[in-house]
Amino acid sequence: MEMPRPSEHVLGKKTRFISRLKTILADEHVISDVMETRVYECDALAAYACQPLCVVLPGTTEEVSAVLKICHEEGVPVVPRGSGTSLAGGALPTADSVVLGVSRMSDVLETDYDNRVIRVQTGRTNLSVTGAVDEDGFFYAPDPSSQLACAIAGNIAMNSGGAHCLKYGVTTNNLLGVTMVMMDGTVVEIGGAHMDAGGYDWLGLICGSEGQLGVVTEATLRILPKPEGARPVLIGYSSAEIAGACVSDIIKAGVLPVAIEYMDKRVIEVVEDYAKAGYPDCEALLIVEVEGSPEEIDEQLGVIKQIARTHDPVELREAQDADEAARIWLGRKSAFGAMGQINDYMCLDGTIPVSALPYVLRRIGELSDEYGLDVGNVFHAGDGNMHPLILFDANKPGDLETCEAMGAEILKLCVEAGGCLTGEHGVGIEKRELMTVQFNTADLEAQMKVKDVFDPAWLLNPAKVFPLSNSSDRRDTIRPAA
Amino acid sequence: MTNPMLAPTSESDLAECIATATGPLAISGGGTRGLKPEGTALSTAGLSGITLYEPGALTLVAQAGTPVAEIEAALAVENQMLAFEPMDHRSLLGTTGDPTIGGVVAANISGPRRVQAGACRDFLLGVRFVDGTGEIIKNGGRVMKNVTGYDLVKLMAGAHGTLGVLSEVSFKVLPRPEATGVLLLTGLTVADAVRAMSSALTSPYDVSGAAHIPEGQDGSPVTMIRLEGFENSVTYRAKQLKERLSQFGPSEIERRIDGPVSTTAGWRWVRDVETFAGTDEDVWRVSIKPSDAPALTATLKDARVMLDWGGGLVWVACLSGIDIRSKVPKGHATLVRASDQTRKQIATFHPEAPPLAKLAADLRKNFDPKGILNPGLMG
Ligand SMILES: Cc1cc2nc3c(=O)[nH]c(=O)nc-3n(C[C@H](O)[C@H](O)[C@H](O)COP(=O)(O)OP(=O)(O)OC[C@H]3O[C@@H](n4cnc5c(N)ncnc54)[C@H](O)[C@@H]3O)c2cc1C
Repeated sequence: MEMPRPSEHVLGKKTRFISRLKTILADEHVISDVMETRVYECDALAAYACQPLCVVLPGTTEEVSAVLKICHEEGVPVVPRGSGTSLAGGALPTADSVVLGVSRMSDVLETDYDNRVIRVQTGRTNLSVTGAVDEDGFFYAPDPSSQLACAIAGNIAMNSGGAHCLKYGVTTNNLLGVTMVMMDGTVVEIGGAHMDAGGYDWLGLICGSEGQLGVVTEATLRILPKPEGARPVLIGYSSAEIAGACVSDIIKAGVLPVAIEYMDKRVIEVVEDYAKAGYPDCEALLIVEVEGSPEEIDEQLGVIKQIARTHDPVELREAQDADEAARIWLGRKSAFGAMGQINDYMCLDGTIPVSALPYVLRRIGELSDEYGLDVGNVFHAGDGNMHPLILFDANKPGDLETCEAMGAEILKLCVEAGGCLTGEHGVGIEKRELMTVQFNTADLEAQMKVKDVFDPAWLLNPAKVFPLSNSSDRRDTIRPAA
Repeated sequence: MTNPMLAPTSESDLAECIATATGPLAISGGGTRGLKPEGTALSTAGLSGITLYEPGALTLVAQAGTPVAEIEAALAVENQMLAFEPMDHRSLLGTTGDPTIGGVVAANISGPRRVQAGACRDFLLGVRFVDGTGEIIKNGGRVMKNVTGYDLVKLMAGAHGTLGVLSEVSFKVLPRPEATGVLLLTGLTVADAVRAMSSALTSPYDVSGAAHIPEGQDGSPVTMIRLEGFENSVTYRAKQLKERLSQFGPSEIERRIDGPVSTTAGWRWVRDVETFAGTDEDVWRVSIKPSDAPALTATLKDARVMLDWGGGLVWVACLSGIDIRSKVPKGHATLVRASDQTRKQIATFHPEAPPLAKLAADLRKNFDPKGILNPGLMG
């Protein structure tokens, strides 16, 4: 993946620039020692790494503002960072950039059950937001698998989803307000504990903008009362087509499960070896979970099991207690870890219309043969968010490139089937050059015109999201010469 | 001055109209929402028809001028619905015409179920629109999860046509609930009603509507709390909720499914704010933190109010020409119905903080450099 050449001008003033930052932040919060900046050289897309100019760890919104003001004056690019778990290279630095990490800002600022909101600093991890309200019977709904580590900052920037978003929506549907610092240091307050925008929907625009419009320092999030209970059922089928038809029928029947997860044979085998979840040996496996009181769960699962039976399952297993429920989820939850044990893998994230599932899965199988790389499919079937895992060997010369080429083909396939390149991981650097598959020049121009308004000098995370050739004029010419 | 109305019948037609326009355009769908900006009328009603409907994928795509009624009828056949329950403004505003889906999106119109299911913008999956230069632009798509590039879909929802004229919209739709139950509490003060609604909304019983009308149909206060889902489940939750709210006095559970006084009709009455129809008061729509509602209604004294979204949405009907914004705590107030005189004095939309107002103006300049799309409507 190509990255723009770092600015000689910026590299040349490194020492003076860093000492300027140290007039605002304590010395230990301006990190420039290469041994210490190493942790920030990449995110979870670890195939790409680069040492930044330096890393700053401000502790307040005011400090973030002061830092950005200096970077703005000096014309130094800034890469915002939460926990660095992006799978798209969203937090990858360039050599002439400052990584601005919000990890020190992790306080809960206000919990308000009556109005069902919590206000936090964005360095707080996703799981610890729920952790703060759990004992009182509430939770924060978006639950990416990385929730132990990832920060609300990154969740907002990527508009992250999770296993339960079929019912509860993704980050943007659960975000009510933010405090954001713009590139010139201006602090803006958007939204709050009330719903919807009075003017333009700034919140909707900022969510998913991958750190390119501003640095989000605080967030008001919607919290929900926990359901009385939840229970999964496991359904095995002899083909992807049948599983796909079952998913579609469940959705149509008016039950709204909180999750419908899918795993194919390849993943089931690996997961069985690794976690011994007791999954059946079959081509396609579904885990469907519903919520409510025990009686409500019975009623919903009744409908689901009836539908499942009409498709002739090779296995239909309902969790009888918490233990069995945990076992059903165990395999799904360890899927990525298990696949990682046997191979390096690249995790794709295209979304397709649910109706296209069988076709897309068949084509992925054909591409796998063509490129000679194994693929496992595990994904959120209810909303068509695929996660094909392409297995490769990072130590084998050329394998990564073959894997990337095949990944690109699969993503093109998703777009061609009526879907999109990324459902929850974001574009980052990974899918940047593929944006032209989904968008024409006018579509991309419209998006870049938004960035022009928020960050006219294109200093915030500049080499992401848009194909380099589309953004080059803006990145090269607008930046001040200072 | 009689300008001919522009009535494109295709997206490329629409693009042509805008590319060649030299003066302001007043964009409308069905013209039911009562906003009348200056300029040559441009109606999207000619861009009509459902382009794709896949019940099994819960998605529907339609041209912007498609009547909402046509969409709701198509969905009803498959037992599905627009879950955000878009309001019909005709009775409140005394307008005629057919509300279009593009108008719903342009104004981000959501009804009582917003408190549980989300707003129009939350169900909007994709848009196609024409910007102020005549360029056709698409964003989002027809799948439920999509983070590819910036979310201009949300930006277009609620932009009232000032950044581009919608030509096509796609939605996530939901199954219609099998049954509905409404818990009715009577005689509560606004403060107690907000407390009761908050208690309901913080329960695990998945409340899908919570409204309070200080002057109900029989003149006394009524608080309505809605439950939807499978028959047995609604019965169970209604019973639980009744118990949970017993401190607020006796309550009644309404389970009628059809007929003029059905639960559905009751919620339509709330959704369309019918209680304020046919008067010459100004009508405001105020979005605030629910617990701020009692204080707000107290300071508004003589004004009539109606609370939805558990108190988070306050409808206010007051004497013409009074600017209530200074009394609104954090949140925003939109002037939905007003005399021409009031409109001259009071802005329709809540003024934004200076940095945001500047972003808005710059954004308009970038999307509509000629300044012709509903100019002045949003600042
Ligand atoms: C094992 C694993 C499982 C995962 N599972 C899921 C999943 O189920 N669903 C899902 O959606 N994602 C998943 N992810 C991806 C990732 O966890 C999410 O994208 C997450 O939201 C990133 O959060 P972060 O704090 O680590 O952000 P980072 O990686 O630090 O940054 C991500 C992006 O956010 C920007 N950013 C960071 N902080 C700010 C800020 N304060 N203001 C503005 N922009 C900012 C960055 O510039 C970057 O573009 C997974 C990742 C891993 C490694």
